[in-house]
Amino acid sequence: MTASLFRSRETVLAAAILVLVLAIAVRFPAFVSPSNLAGVFNDTAPLIILALGQMAVILTRCIDLSVAANLALTGMIVAMLNMVMPELPIAAILLIAVSLGALMGLINGLLVWKFEIPPIVVTLGTMTIYRGLIFLISDGQWINAHEMSDAFKAFPRGIVLGLPVLSWIAIVVTGLFMVLIGRTSLGRAFFAVGGNPHAAVYTGIDVGRTQCAAFVLSGALAGLTGYLWVARYAVAYVDIAGGFELEVVAACVIGGISIAGGIGSVAGALLGALFLGIVKNALPVINISPFWQLAISGTAIIIAVAFNATSNRTKGRVILKKAEHAS
Amino acid sequence: MLATTQGIGDAHPTTAGSDRPLLSLRGISKSFPGVKALSDVALDLYPGQVTALVGENGAGKSTIVKVLTGIYQPEEGEIVIDGKPVRFATAQDAGTAGVTAIHQETVLFDDLSVAENIFIGHAPRTRFGLIDRAAVIREAENLLERIGARIDPNVTLKELGIASKHLVAIARALSIDARIVIMDEPTASLSHKEIEETYELVEQLKAEGRAILFISHKFDEIFRIADRYTVFRDGQKVGDGKIDDISEQDLVTMMVGRSVDQVFPQRTSNPGNEVLKVVGYSHPTEFEDIGFSLREGEILGFYGLVGAGRSEFMQALFGVTKPSKGAVRIDDRIAVIRTPNEAIGHGIVYVPEDRGKQGAIKGLPIFQNVSLPSLGTTSKNGFIRLAEEFTLARDYTRRLDLRAAALDQDIGELSGGNQQKVVIAKWLATQPRVIILDEPTKGIDIGSKAAVHEFMAELAAQGLAVIMVSSEIPEILGMSDRVIVMREGRIAGEFEGDALTPEHLVRTAAGIEETKP
Repeated sequence: MTASLFRSRETVLAAAILVLVLAIAVRFPAFVSPSNLAGVFNDTAPLIILALGQMAVILTRCIDLSVAANLALTGMIVAMLNMVMPELPIAAILLIAVSLGALMGLINGLLVWKFEIPPIVVTLGTMTIYRGLIFLISDGQWINAHEMSDAFKAFPRGIVLGLPVLSWIAIVVTGLFMVLIGRTSLGRAFFAVGGNPHAAVYTGIDVGRTQCAAFVLSGALAGLTGYLWVARYAVAYVDIAGGFELEVVAACVIGGISIAGGIGSVAGALLGALFLGIVKNALPVINISPFWQLAISGTAIIIAVAFNATSNRTKGRVILKKAEHAS
Repeated sequence: MLATTQGIGDAHPTTAGSDRPLLSLRGISKSFPGVKALSDVALDLYPGQVTALVGENGAGKSTIVKVLTGIYQPEEGEIVIDGKPVRFATAQDAGTAGVTAIHQETVLFDDLSVAENIFIGHAPRTRFGLIDRAAVIREAENLLERIGARIDPNVTLKELGIASKHLVAIARALSIDARIVIMDEPTASLSHKEIEETYELVEQLKAEGRAILFISHKFDEIFRIADRYTVFRDGQKVGDGKIDDISEQDLVTMMVGRSVDQVFPQRTSNPGNEVLKVVGYSHPTEFEDIGFSLREGEILGFYGLVGAGRSEFMQALFGVTKPSKGAVRIDDRIAVIRTPNEAIGHGIVYVPEDRGKQGAIKGLPIFQNVSLPSLGTTSKNGFIRLAEEFTLARDYTRRLDLRAAALDQDIGELSGGNQQKVVIAKWLATQPRVIILDEPTKGIDIGSKAAVHEFMAELAAQGLAVIMVSSEIPEILGMSDRVIVMREGRIAGEFEGDALTPEHLVRTAAGIEETKP
């Protein structure tokens, strides 16, 4: 039945992406060459990683607006470390980036958990603070390519089995998330806390702690992306990834993750990010102004939300009818 | 509304004590899916008189209030005011007709000032159509003074206590010149002094010729302030008349008269060893010195009025809130319960009253709802084993005879009764020693009720200790081996055997007599 095919948000989104890619391919066959698609994926990798972290946060009925600022601050700190200690191994840099990011996520999480401040307020505040800190530590100066060590810059670009390391990291994080969300108690707790916080309490789940864990996760991934971003673009300054947090949230929303919490999937977040990534990369190819990209992203968000709202309604109704007939 | 509200001072003293009803309900019927909430109900309210509406929980009292205030539209019957039939299509219509309700938990706006609360929706206006703030304050002061409330109209509502909020609600009722005032358990959460003040106010409203519908479970106050009574039982009117013509005893009998159509499972109880012992459980505001013991295979009923502290105590026992004093022993060993997780670890589980809010997690499929508290047993090395999770869910939902298309169906798509089954299955899967069922059959249809009762008896037969909180007398009597009655946060009585009668329960819960076994 067509109805059951449309039941899955992910299927619909995947189909939409396919149609989009085919439409572009008709006019610009070069766009669908494997090497170009791999390039698009690599470009979208940071968005995918951040969207997955954001998904965990949104599932628990929170939102993390500080991811881009966290990314930029971590990126600046590791870039400065690299400047001072160029011989620091990449493994150590990665560890520092992830830990710093997780620490910033923990600050968000604790404020939400222990002080019960609304997440949007907390992360709006820390977003501004983290950005401000970058200015303070860097004195507003840029760190340019020649100030970074070659190893530092080379890591995300290194090619393994035909794909850059950056792409591989996005793939590995996606895989880890599938396991985390589908197969661990913490993943289940994200859904329970967002789906019905009262019921979660009665089931023995600590709501605040679960939300805090989601923030730490999101922060750690932002930190990781911070290093990858600075290394890939070989520059660190106050405003990198400015406003990127909204793109991350948009990817989640397009991917069918309910902003009210409790509903969403790893595949959804991945597809949502890919959709935005493809739009972003395709528009310059077909000669459309980047300003249209914003309009298209915005339209996609509204269509996605409207679609999810209506599909949820009809879904319930269809099955209720079925149950009525059955009994 | 005009720039000034001269209407406020108006009263209707001439009609006081009249024998002609100001408002009459005739043949009102109202159904909800699976339940007939009201059938062919009549109610008369007289000017200058207080009519007490008496009935058990589920008798239809709140439904009739919602009909009177235009929130529900009855399928049959008519509302007559001053001899003229009226229709309340919306709450606004009822307000315009002069009907106002003062609810148990007042529906006012916490962050607005007292004066704004009184006049919201009908504030005096200036020539330019803007709200006349000076007039609002001035008239609010007048109204508050008239009812003898010493409340500053400029204060934000949330700074007031419940009693003062009631006064504000009453001032609001006066400001719209309500001729018919419905008071839904106005004294349920007030102190002794505040209750006295409320009575004085009722007297004043009476003297002004207003018709008052007074809903209460407390017999002493009914006999003190009411002029007339109407008794509801199972959605029907079973009696009315003047309060002077009836005794307390007759009123109780009329109210509880056992309905004959409800059948409870036959069970022979032979309680085993003591499982749970609670000693001196206290909470700073909700309950005090709760102590009892519970044996294997026993069903212990907890009866009491709304606000008696039963659910609050159960939540503390389950670790959701913290008690200030007291101890719990399980199998004669001290058990420390600070979180629900620890309670589950000690084998105590709690099936909350409000399934939608506290039980089912919508968005998660049935099998994940069932396995949620048992993930420890279905996981290996921190990873959930889906096959085992599914098996667990299948086993327990089968035992409860769950009707669902598939176990990966969203729980939100199930009927209320079936959702209840999933929630119970979830708890049974943790293999508890003690199961607390809070209002297990509230809001579910008769068929599902019988299934839940059947199942409860089966659990007890298997040696599980069951605590059942219920406000329905037939259910309490039909299912419990022993009943503890709570009143105002304390244990007011404990009954078993021949002492377990509806009269004893109602009297103890309402505080008519102190009964200690």
